[in-house]
Amino acid sequence: MSILILAEHDGQQLKQSTRQAVTAAQAWNAPVHLLLLGGDTAAVAADAARVAGVAQVIRVDAAHLEHPLAEDIASVLVALAGDYQAIVGAHTAFVKNALPRAAALLDVALIADVIEIKGNNSYVRPIYAGNVLASVTNAAGLQLVTIRTTAFDAAGNGGSAAVTTLAAPAAGTLSRWVAETRNVSDRPELATARVVISGGRSLGERFESVLGPLAQQLNGALGATRAAVDAGFAPNDIQVGQTGTVVAPELYIAAGISGAAQHLAGMKDSKVIVAINHDPDAAIFQVADFGIVADLFDAVPQLTAALKQ
Amino acid sequence: MKALVAVKRVVDHNVRVRIKADGSGVDTAGVKMSINPFDEIAVEEALRLKERGLVSEIVAVTLGEATSQDVLRHALAMGVDRVILVETATELQPLGVAKLLKAVAEREAPQLVLLGKQAIDDDAGQVGQMLAALLGTAQGTFASKIDIENGEAIVVREVEGGTETVALKLPAVITADLRLAEPRFVKLPNLMMAKKKPIETLAADSLGVDFAPRVARTAAAEPPVRAAGIKVGSVAELVQKLREAKVI
Repeated sequence: MSILILAEHDGQQLKQSTRQAVTAAQAWNAPVHLLLLGGDTAAVAADAARVAGVAQVIRVDAAHLEHPLAEDIASVLVALAGDYQAIVGAHTAFVKNALPRAAALLDVALIADVIEIKGNNSYVRPIYAGNVLASVTNAAGLQLVTIRTTAFDAAGNGGSAAVTTLAAPAAGTLSRWVAETRNVSDRPELATARVVISGGRSLGERFESVLGPLAQQLNGALGATRAAVDAGFAPNDIQVGQTGTVVAPELYIAAGISGAAQHLAGMKDSKVIVAINHDPDAAIFQVADFGIVADLFDAVPQLTAALKQ
Repeated sequence: MKALVAVKRVVDHNVRVRIKADGSGVDTAGVKMSINPFDEIAVEEALRLKERGLVSEIVAVTLGEATSQDVLRHALAMGVDRVILVETATELQPLGVAKLLKAVAEREAPQLVLLGKQAIDDDAGQVGQMLAALLGTAQGTFASKIDIENGEAIVVREVEGGTETVALKLPAVITADLRLAEPRFVKLPNLMMAKKKPIETLAADSLGVDFAPRVARTAAAEPPVRAAGIKVGSVAELVQKLREAKVI
């Protein structure tokens, strides 16, 4: 039996999170199939077919899948499920919206946000904001899993998968897509950026003006604590933490962040962590590789200037 | 229009959890428990929809042991009209929870079911979607805004890099994200009054659904501790260290 991956894409390319799911799926030692849903997936199918470790790409194109709704994604998954031993996706909003719906229709459990896939359908997943690692075993014949992207490397190119096309089930009638807004930014995507610069509430109205130039200099993404987002200093979608985005960049710079457990849950797997905080006892220093006790309004511009040299 | 809100009793978000000595799970004995923050947001949003005249009655439901009554009292103190405890000592997992909530929803016939997008203990984030599937209704997950127009729920959803708006036929299931509503402060007199209100109790076993756990938890362990690094004295020194670490 094979493994099916619910792929996410922008119409042209796979999201990096899908490539990470491809790597995770190799744990089953079974052929990996990639499911593409969209209005026209011709371009993305070409990208997907090149991914190393993918045996087959399945295209399901239909007008109503241009902006796929949970009920329509779930009905495709339910139609295909009989041919697979596992259905896997990245733990992203797109997959988290649809895969639990499919799980309930299939009457199977879904193991969410796994960081390790062991043999015999056993998994490790963080609970309690990552303060506990739970080992779980699912005896079901069909395994449904979402993976934490930071725990798996992205699969590269080098494959040449066959591409097949399937007809979409009829569109659901329960809901309809209305609109979307995208925060336009020249910066890399937060979840996959090589460098993330995050700030806390103390940045206030100067969040962008202080951290923006440093992000620009390092070609990094901006992140924020929940407090900074709640106070309106940073947009919703850059919240890093238990209930926001989980990141693990090469370099994470935390400016004016005290280090609440909920925030650490979203960044403590970063390769190198820098903490800039005026409070020498801030919890963030306990996870930081390099800490500097300083006023961030002095230290961040200094750092930006030093890097320009 | 009736709204059903599902709430969960969880370890308070300020508590640092401990693992039981035998590694079988998290020790919750004597630990401060609270309403799951996302569920509290769902209750708040239901109250605001009622204040806007869009909802007429709010019923809160929780599942678990008798101790879970305290989160229902909290919901009553916030202002919900009625509460239901589905009582069981069995370990509950998302699919079982969704099945029990489906049974309650079929009794109550709400037009709107509101829940938090995830519970901060198991961080599974599945129940709303599963419940919508089992009820055969539309779903709006990770909601940051809800309007009711022409018999549809218009839901703004938080997704990576922006938002998405969907229109849901009613009845529908909606899960609350952080920005949906800021929960009101519960005043002491309201809390005292809530203690006098009745709690309807249903035995989970009487609802005729299979809510047995599907997944075995075999161990709970502490994550590896990240070693603290060093403090540097100046920005110049920091830059040098970052160059040595080859991250800049």
